[in-house]
Amino acid sequence: MFETLITLSLVLISLSILGTLYRLFWGPSMPDRVIAVDSVGINIIGLVAIVSVMLNTQAFLEVILLIGILGFIGTISFAKFLERGEVIERDRNR
Amino acid sequence: MKTNDVILQTVTRTVSFIILLFSIYLFFAGHHNPGGGFIGGLMTGAALVLLYIAYDIKTMAKVLPIDFKNMTALGLLIGVSTGLGSFLFNVPFLSHSFGYFYLPFLGKTELATAVLFDLGVYLTVVGVTMTIILTIGEDNE
Repeated sequence: MFETLITLSLVLISLSILGTLYRLFWGPSMPDRVIAVDSVGINIIGLVAIVSVMLNTQAFLEVILLIGILGFIGTISFAKFLERGEVIERDRNR
Repeated sequence: MKTNDVILQTVTRTVSFIILLFSIYLFFAGHHNPGGGFIGGLMTGAALVLLYIAYDIKTMAKVLPIDFKNMTALGLLIGVSTGLGSFLFNVPFLSHSFGYFYLPFLGKTELATAVLFDLGVYLTVVGVTMTIILTIGEDNE
């Protein structure tokens, strides 16, 4: 019963990743693709959590926080690049 | 046009401390759990990159006056000197040892000299990452 539920949630999250991959490939504008990449990252967090329940280990719990932090920083740098044209500015109050 | 990113800067002030704390946890967890100097250094680099994105190079040079090339050199020096320190005890190069000590708050703790080598790796990784990103990131003016 429990194994079936875990497998079912894995399949559902994989379908969710496929749905965001559609927006990633055929997104009309650039912010659509950035949000799709962020959403894929969040889905991968859930995937890692379910796999670590499935393998009955706690060794992947750091990976969850790591993917969250990296997705956050990547999305912010993409957003800043789309808005300003440069990621790290020399002088903000210029 | 003067832009105002108050949300990004307010979030960065909170989140960068969480990322720095996570990197320190990863650094000290590396002996028995997943983690270590490399991923701890990369996470510290990620926190610094977030600060550099939210603010700018001029502000960060005033807040954090660190030359990251010197940090790389210091890390390599620490790594080599932990290897050379084993000659003081007539053992081969890079022989590490450990011992159990009774610390005031932590109780019985295992202290290993491999942490010092890991500190060298940590400083080197932070220095190299920040040197690469700042060299690419700054524009010619």
